[in-house]
Amino acid sequence: MNRAGKDGNGQPRIGVYVCHCGTNIAATVDVEAVREYAEGLPGVKVSRAYKYMCSDPGQELIKEDIRASGLERVVVASCSPSLHEATFRRATAEGGINPYYFQMVNIREHDSWVHTDVAEATAKARDLVRAAVHRVRFHKPLERARVAINPAVMVVGGGIAGIHAALTLANAGKKVYLVEREPSIGGHMAQFDKTFPTLDCAACILTPKMTEVRSNPNITLWTLAEVDKVDGYVGNFTVTVRHKPRFIIEEACVGCMECIEACVFRRGKSPDEFNLGLNMRKPIYISFPQAVPQVVVIDQEACIEFRTGRCKKTCVEVCADRNAIDFTQTETFDTVEVGAVILGTGFKTFDPRRVPSYGYGVYDNVYTSMEVERLVNASGPTEGHVTLRNGRTPQTVGILHCIGSRDVNTNEYCSRVCCMYSLKLAHLLKEKTGAEIYNFYIDIRAAGKGMEEFYNRVAEEGVHFIRGKVADVYPEAGKTGRVVLQAEDTLLGRVRKIPVDMVVLATGLEPQADAEAVRRTFNITCAGGGFFMERHPKLAPVSTFTDGIFLAGCCQGPKDIPDTVAQAGAAAAEALALVDKGFVEMEPNTAYVVTEECSGCKTCIPLCPYTAITRVDGKAQINPVLCKGCGTCVAACPSGSIRQNLFEDEEIYEEILGVLADA
Amino acid sequence: MPEPTENPQGSAADGWEPRIVAFFCNWCTYLAADLAGTSRMKYAPNARVIRVMCSGRIDPQFVMEAFAHGADGVLIGGCHFGDCHYQSGNHKALRRFRLLQRVLIGLGIEEERIRLEWISAAEADKLRDVMNDMVARLKALGPLELRVPAEGFPELEALEEVTA
Repeated sequence: MNRAGKDGNGQPRIGVYVCHCGTNIAATVDVEAVREYAEGLPGVKVSRAYKYMCSDPGQELIKEDIRASGLERVVVASCSPSLHEATFRRATAEGGINPYYFQMVNIREHDSWVHTDVAEATAKARDLVRAAVHRVRFHKPLERARVAINPAVMVVGGGIAGIHAALTLANAGKKVYLVEREPSIGGHMAQFDKTFPTLDCAACILTPKMTEVRSNPNITLWTLAEVDKVDGYVGNFTVTVRHKPRFIIEEACVGCMECIEACVFRRGKSPDEFNLGLNMRKPIYISFPQAVPQVVVIDQEACIEFRTGRCKKTCVEVCADRNAIDFTQTETFDTVEVGAVILGTGFKTFDPRRVPSYGYGVYDNVYTSMEVERLVNASGPTEGHVTLRNGRTPQTVGILHCIGSRDVNTNEYCSRVCCMYSLKLAHLLKEKTGAEIYNFYIDIRAAGKGMEEFYNRVAEEGVHFIRGKVADVYPEAGKTGRVVLQAEDTLLGRVRKIPVDMVVLATGLEPQADAEAVRRTFNITCAGGGFFMERHPKLAPVSTFTDGIFLAGCCQGPKDIPDTVAQAGAAAAEALALVDKGFVEMEPNTAYVVTEECSGCKTCIPLCPYTAITRVDGKAQINPVLCKGCGTCVAACPSGSIRQNLFEDEEIYEEILGVLADA
Repeated sequence: MPEPTENPQGSAADGWEPRIVAFFCNWCTYLAADLAGTSRMKYAPNARVIRVMCSGRIDPQFVMEAFAHGADGVLIGGCHFGDCHYQSGNHKALRRFRLLQRVLIGLGIEEERIRLEWISAAEADKLRDVMNDMVARLKALGPLELRVPAEGFPELEALEEVTA
């Protein structure tokens, strides 16, 4: 084994650059002291401090010193390598030496921002710089390998995010696989009636995009499908998709819906999922009139043929020579190769049963906002007439904001859309019923284009606003069928009890129930709250820490339709920029075998998760294309004959010695 | 949650501060430390972080080397099970850690001096708490006192020659 200092390549000339980052570093770390200290370290020829190393003049310092002072190694102590490692490697290369002759020291995120004592923070910065100076001597010149990219893209989730991303990519001429688990694309947006603040009809603006997906020759649309497995890496993912049986041959079905009419069930007996169970549907059904694809689906759980095998199969009769119904369909799998993946897997709404005091599921006239979306919708269960479960039209309606949002007992975050959709529902309910409407709110959050104006408009329409959170919902005395909303009006400073015919719970947005499983399948990270984590909250909002996987829409966090579409467009653009380039450069941190030292013991072979190691002529051999550079084989090799580029044993030993060597 | 204090026992008084070498994986724990930074959380400044791509890269010899050169504690940070960027590197890290811990105990190094924690990229608060907690425990333990032979530890090459 090569140990620290025993196999160094001489004493190269090193340049050290310590960044002030304005006051971000300089306020806590004595930058000048660190610079001065670095100057005295062996091999250091140039040591400078600069206000912003990442700026053009900062980078120019490095390039100029390489040229003028013949620097052979560069160390920059500044922010996290996840931010600017690439910047400084590029500057190093532009100065004329190999970009991997560079080492970055994180003295901002790991030091100045997390400590307050200047002496201690400065000591830490000195230790870290010293370790980097030790380490960088052992760096070797490396080349980035180029791997061809598969230009196809997979979009997971067929809501407005997925639809918009898929169309953008397809219009750019890229092959797109759009995978949706429900029988139709459209997502939550298809369930909405109008959209705030402009009151466009959701179906009117969504349906054309849905049919465009169907007709675009570059898009392969897979509904009732889920991603089962993802292998590979950026540019070359292998995705296995599981198709659930529809029991309908999609190509043969013309969407005439005669089978639904003909079904032996006179009336539906299964809750209609699209209408949130407000009405019943038959075992053979179409999710909603504008569904794409316009193809029916059979619910295996409810269909008599599946349950007893003795149905008259009137549906098959009426389908006649189209022969679209196939009871023998089973789960099938498809495996496709794609270069990038966009996740637009959306959200679920908060289940208000988790807060029993709101009486959801107990009192008939307590509804969720999604249910009300369907009630006010012309294609909904009541054809747009706002009729309560007891058949009456409400005269008074209470809309309760922040259900499952801004509450330490449920979700701490603001779901961002509830204020505005509550205002929209208030407007629609008022328009349709003339009812008195009471909004119980904590704050009205009407940020964004046209939002505050819409709030003012709804207020002028005579909708009441009560600043206070409803503490209790209970039935009014005397069997009136109404419930009383009790809340402290924090502006009046007293408790109010308002009897209403209908309660609307403005439920918040949560990650999908299986977000955790999806996250694991795609090897990405979840932020607090369970939404998928973006690479950088400001500067890489649609990228993830896994190259080639992008995010769009509410899977990344609650947002409204305009923001979702904007983000989906951004994700499509990022994916396009990636696959259109034609190749991807791989980080050269792969492992390799020093064949003469390999004893052929085979310890490494089963450790590799990518089967990159094989035994050839009694010696281990690593396929650099398959190796992803985790280094687990390197740590396990008993003879030390497996090495890892960028993380060579001596480089790490030098770092250990470096941080521990006393000042 | 412990208060985000630095050096709860004060450094000037006794003059001794535990030195921790931390090995963090690139994808979870290193990013958690970045997030702690961007969130401006405050924690004890005793650890020096060395970045590796995966906790599976951490050779037990790295840990031995750190102790041999004056570390009072070694912290290893990786991804939670099921979250490993390389599928299962963290499982391998755990396997080696268990064995290493036994070896260290055999050498008279208290088991609290080496710590393995799964800290995801979102768990900055956990990172802060682990850092503070480890410093507090090491302070209670005191400096690592290895009985170093007068001529120093034998060089590894020499040992390899013996075993060859």
